[in-house]
Amino acid sequence: MSRLPQGWRGVAWAGVAVGFGAALVALPPIQVRSPVVPVVIGLVAMTIGIGSWIRGERRIAGFAIGAGALGLVIGFLATRSSVENLEAVVVWGALFAAMLRYATPLVFASLGGLFSERSGVVNIGLEGMMLMGAFFAVWGADVTGTWTLGLAIGIAAGGLMGLLHAFFSISLRADQIVGGTAINFLALGLTTYLFLKIYGEQGAPTDLSTIPDVSLGFLDDIPGVGNFLHDVFGQLDLMIWAAIVLVPAVWLVVFKLPVGLRLRSVGEHPRAADTVGINVYAIRYGAVTLSGMLAAAGGAYLSLGFVNSFDDNMTAGRGFIALAALIFGNWRPYGAAAACLLFGFSSALSDFLQEYSTSVSVLFEALPYVLTLVAVAGVIGRSIPPAAVGRPYVKQ
Amino acid sequence: MGDTVETYKAIFRGSGLSWFVEFGSYDIGVPFSDARVWFPWNTDDITSIAASNLQQTLLLWVPLVLTGLAVAFAFRCGLFNIGGQGQYLAGSIAAVLIATELPSRVDLPRFPLIVVTILVAMLAGALLAGIAGFLKGTVGAHEVITTIMLNWIVIWVGSYLFGIGGPFQTSVSDALPSSEDIPEAAKLPVLWGDPLLQGLHAGLLVAVVALVVYSLTLNRTTLGYEVRAVGFNPDAARYGGISVARNYFLAMAIAGGFAGLAGALDIVGWQFRQDVTQIQGSQIGFIGIAVALLGRNTAVGVGLAALLFAALETGTASRNLDPEFFPPDLASSLSIIIQGLIVLFVGADLIILLVLRRLRRARLRSATT
Repeated sequence: MSRLPQGWRGVAWAGVAVGFGAALVALPPIQVRSPVVPVVIGLVAMTIGIGSWIRGERRIAGFAIGAGALGLVIGFLATRSSVENLEAVVVWGALFAAMLRYATPLVFASLGGLFSERSGVVNIGLEGMMLMGAFFAVWGADVTGTWTLGLAIGIAAGGLMGLLHAFFSISLRADQIVGGTAINFLALGLTTYLFLKIYGEQGAPTDLSTIPDVSLGFLDDIPGVGNFLHDVFGQLDLMIWAAIVLVPAVWLVVFKLPVGLRLRSVGEHPRAADTVGINVYAIRYGAVTLSGMLAAAGGAYLSLGFVNSFDDNMTAGRGFIALAALIFGNWRPYGAAAACLLFGFSSALSDFLQEYSTSVSVLFEALPYVLTLVAVAGVIGRSIPPAAVGRPYVKQ
Repeated sequence: MGDTVETYKAIFRGSGLSWFVEFGSYDIGVPFSDARVWFPWNTDDITSIAASNLQQTLLLWVPLVLTGLAVAFAFRCGLFNIGGQGQYLAGSIAAVLIATELPSRVDLPRFPLIVVTILVAMLAGALLAGIAGFLKGTVGAHEVITTIMLNWIVIWVGSYLFGIGGPFQTSVSDALPSSEDIPEAAKLPVLWGDPLLQGLHAGLLVAVVALVVYSLTLNRTTLGYEVRAVGFNPDAARYGGISVARNYFLAMAIAGGFAGLAGALDIVGWQFRQDVTQIQGSQIGFIGIAVALLGRNTAVGVGLAALLFAALETGTASRNLDPEFFPPDLASSLSIIIQGLIVLFVGADLIILLVLRRLRRARLRSATT
């Protein structure tokens, strides 16, 4: 058997859709009130998943089983809670817009991580690089008065951190994980120090030139779904659109252009790449520096586009979530972006749940990490990293 | 801002290490007896600024030694345990839950209560880390990723347990995101200092014992031999008949036990409760990484590195560093930068080789010309 039958993959995807359906029927606007319906639909989805698992379509089938179980639980809980509560929490347009806002910094950082890890350099310093971007973008916007220069300065600062990581892990062949940990310490100390030193007395500037929103008023005029589209896409930050464009662009570069082939070959088998004349060190230096710049762009969006301010350690672990999304998405741009959307959605939902129950919304924050743990444990297919990731290359 | 030397002196005073400068002829009580022996420092002095600062430094030394050992033990098995923070928090959360919930159900005398609390906390840390070790051994999931994920899971679960509206939130006030206080019976005796003002608790002795246990386990037992063999070369170890997966699990579980012990001692020693700010803001486990790296994963090294970092943290803390010399909040972010630089350069041993090679080449060149 050379190739898995295409049919079972389609069936598994259908199982995923049915799984989501289990949750959807119990939520507005359909709002079935009987708990039996979502439970049955969820079980159907899981059965489809198990069926296609047996037929060999492991990864998507795993997603189907997961979606079925999750849909079952969410649907069941939704039928148990009051209609008013449901309508307060589940406002689809606002929920999706919030999802995009939460996912954007993660998308930038995980695409950054993708370049670094595809070239064979582990980058757990993403968190620190994001933090550098967040601080220096605010500082740059404050000093120069324009957000464009602020963004550029933030990205440059992240690029410098990337360069530092590259120097230590490529030229000095230091342990990449230890180096990344050091980057996180350094960035945290440096940004907190500078923040206190520059803005210590009066706090972060409030009259910053921030990254503008893109207003799409015409969406409202589309008949039918126009209202919903306007709620989601009508008023989004420029950086969110940049992230949406960036995902296919990165896919194009990494999987369709010669430079992407070089990048991946360096990450899979640097010796072979070296033999055919690819400069392993140059590719890795470029990839790691670029990863710092992209992560910093995510951080800059966080401070200049999302929060419009800076606070010490404001990234609060988002770099690590981005790394998780990268692994969850199997080191592929679309997969990573989908994982970012999932994590963004759970953050948005947790935000909306706060009106309903603070403590439950806190517990919800743990969900992305549990999902990633399950993913790396191999329950939802194996995540296979680039072969040479984490190993320094010594030219002969 | 004063000049540099004065600043360092102020940090030194803030760390309380200046207490050691004033030596003379005093005596000290031997634990668990009435005997007193000669001692060069005045332990009756418990309230001077130097003494209370030193108590703070040593209070911090205890968890730093233990989280340092947690990272170091896993390192010796070739694993990078970046989850010391989560294991430390798991230990402290378990300790709070046992110490506050158990006495109302089972009537335990003081000593067994403390022992049970500490043992359950160690078990919690060990289980958490064990998950990462198990996944590494069975499906090959990288321990760095799994321990980072576990860290965040513990942080959010802990925030849920003791947060506003959470199941174990204190009954004192609805607006207070904190646990109940543990009962008097579960608190460790204070060795030195005022028990009401965070005196130095008996956990200090436990940390010293842990250093000895670490060294003996690694160097004098079959378990330690196998762990080190796997750390040197897992393939060779497997060829020699050692189960690599089993050792990954055991090494992580033991590492988690050390970190869980750190969490338990902080709770029963001086914190007495856990709260959401502490859970989300604590950095003990991460400093443990720097401790293990600087200490080169040896017991003596970890002990000394922990003392350095504890002194640095306490010496730059806002209540200890005299703002006349240097703003304390700036100094504490400087100490994070210093930790980062240490981790960065300890990780890059090659830089020393490069410098040495360059020096040797320069010397050769000057010798030939």
